[in-house]
Amino acid sequence: MSNLFNSMLGWVDKRFPLSSNWKAHLSEYYAPKNFNFWYFFGSLALLVLVNQLITGIFLTMNYKPDASMAFASVEYIMRDVDYGWLIRYMHSTGASMFFVVVYLHMFRGMMYGSYRKPRELLWLVGMAIFFVLMSLAFTGYILPWGQMSYWGAQVIVSMFGAIPMIGETLQQWLLGDFTLSDAALNRFFAYHVVTLPLVLLVLVFVHILALHETGSNNPDGVEIKENKNAATGIPVDGIPFHPYYTVKDIVGVVVFLFVFCGIIFFAPEMGGYFLEYNNFIPANTLQTPDHIAPVWYFTPYYSMLRAVTVNFLGVDAKLWGVILMAGSVVIFCFLPWLDRSPVKSIRYKGPYFKIALVLFVISFFVLGWLGTKSPTPLYTLLAQIFTIIYFAFFVLMPWYSKIDRTKPEPKRLKE
Amino acid sequence: MKKIVNVILIAIFSVVSLSAYGSESGIPLDKAPVNINDNASLQRGAESFVNYCLTCHGASYMRYNRHRDIGFSNEDIMSKLVHTGQKSGDLMLSSMRKKEGEEWFGVVPPDLSVIARSRGADWLYTYLRTFYRDEGTATGWNNLTFDRAAMPHVLYQLQGEQKFVVKASDKSEQKSLVLDKPGKLNAAEYDKFVGDLVNYLVYLGEPHANERKDLGFKVMFFLLGMFVLSYFLKKEYWKDIH
Repeated sequence: MSNLFNSMLGWVDKRFPLSSNWKAHLSEYYAPKNFNFWYFFGSLALLVLVNQLITGIFLTMNYKPDASMAFASVEYIMRDVDYGWLIRYMHSTGASMFFVVVYLHMFRGMMYGSYRKPRELLWLVGMAIFFVLMSLAFTGYILPWGQMSYWGAQVIVSMFGAIPMIGETLQQWLLGDFTLSDAALNRFFAYHVVTLPLVLLVLVFVHILALHETGSNNPDGVEIKENKNAATGIPVDGIPFHPYYTVKDIVGVVVFLFVFCGIIFFAPEMGGYFLEYNNFIPANTLQTPDHIAPVWYFTPYYSMLRAVTVNFLGVDAKLWGVILMAGSVVIFCFLPWLDRSPVKSIRYKGPYFKIALVLFVISFFVLGWLGTKSPTPLYTLLAQIFTIIYFAFFVLMPWYSKIDRTKPEPKRLKE
Repeated sequence: MKKIVNVILIAIFSVVSLSAYGSESGIPLDKAPVNINDNASLQRGAESFVNYCLTCHGASYMRYNRHRDIGFSNEDIMSKLVHTGQKSGDLMLSSMRKKEGEEWFGVVPPDLSVIARSRGADWLYTYLRTFYRDEGTATGWNNLTFDRAAMPHVLYQLQGEQKFVVKASDKSEQKSLVLDKPGKLNAAEYDKFVGDLVNYLVYLGEPHANERKDLGFKVMFFLLGMFVLSYFLKKEYWKDIH
């Protein structure tokens, strides 16, 4: 039996690099042996991606991208399609959990300096994935054609209109109409189910290739490739990804699924945060809701969009909002060059970085919370203060990371 | 056992996020007696719904024959629910045309299929019990929960007519409703009537909710087993690392 298997494998290997790829990326890909809790979220993101692709295909079979039928077709899926409710909740919960997992994945990178040399490109590809993910979330949220789908999209589309010179033309080109209408729903559907998933898959592939070129960082921020066994050439502190991390990730997957399924089966709306109550009202182009709030994962940026209330430096307040909002996401791309600390990991960084990171996380949460509320003078002031803190984390980093009192990085991983 | 675990799971996952329904006028909402496992209540609510609501509102994403889920037989469905000459597999469409609705009420009466999901059960329960006489409006009715609601008090023969009273003391104004002319039902009976109706609207918003929780229980149980297996598998493999 094993002879037969070996000869078949040999036949394939002569024609396709099966064994060599298996070795290079799994059984002989050496990962640091000290991965902790924060290192589950990469593989979990992959899991959620697969979930979105599969459930998405089944949703596409029953969904109608037509302004007069979209809302009803979603309810048709929820009621009359066999297990349609399950598929739809898996997809809607998956969208939110994608952001949970990716935010934690990014936070891991920020804690342990995973964006630092030699992983700058890995980080940039990751940021590209994040942009595509945001576009996917936006185009997907329009599809049920509820009040929040429609008016949320109005807000985002009008941002393009705020761009000087080309704004209005760009907006019309995106919408395929002068207003948000059936034409836009059709093209956003095409982006959501074809264009963006294809781009996302390619980027994820490139992300993993880049990761396997440099090797994984770890909680100590030590390069394990700098300490190889002279005879075998294997990093002393590395262990093969398969089977060690495959079996470990399975535990992580099961724990994650416990939370994921808990939401799907017992709180699919998550108190209005994953599925907004107002989105159960069909889109009404003539009735602007009193309060437009995006889904939770966009609320920090939404707060920053609303934070600027006066025109200054000759630039319109609305355009400032758009600039800040775009800047708040794009600025992550510069992290590899903003961080001047001699060490990578938070374990060896000094108090300045730790305080800055804590303030950043607080501002992210406060801005997120503010984004779910209707603006009041107090809330707007808070949004302005925390927007400044948010940006200060990045802008002041070259300074505070350099003068910080760091501890020496070890040569080997700590046991 | 199963019930208890379900309740715990629901509690855990709903405490995580506080719910955010609001009412326009900001009056405190009464807690609706919702229990979508109570088929008798759902059946009473369904009958009230087709008799009182379906004339103007549709539930156009719902099919009549789905009501087998709440214990109706096919014969029950045809005799108790379908009064419009439709078939049992048809959608629950309103018998009123949209244009007529707009002419009569100023707005098309909204479809009620998922109204419990957008408004919340407590809002509906409070709303249907806070109509009062107001000669200043087009319909002669107003509502404490939804000021100047376009809908007149369809259930006034049951509840009777309420009157708006403001008790002004030196510190604050206390707004309340008092029964002016009694209806066919007393206050407790009317609350129960509306309770059943709202319970049905919750069911109508998500007919598969019970099935969802039942399947969820099985899935969580399976995952618990998977966790034990995967945990020991990991431990076995990692013996030689630590």
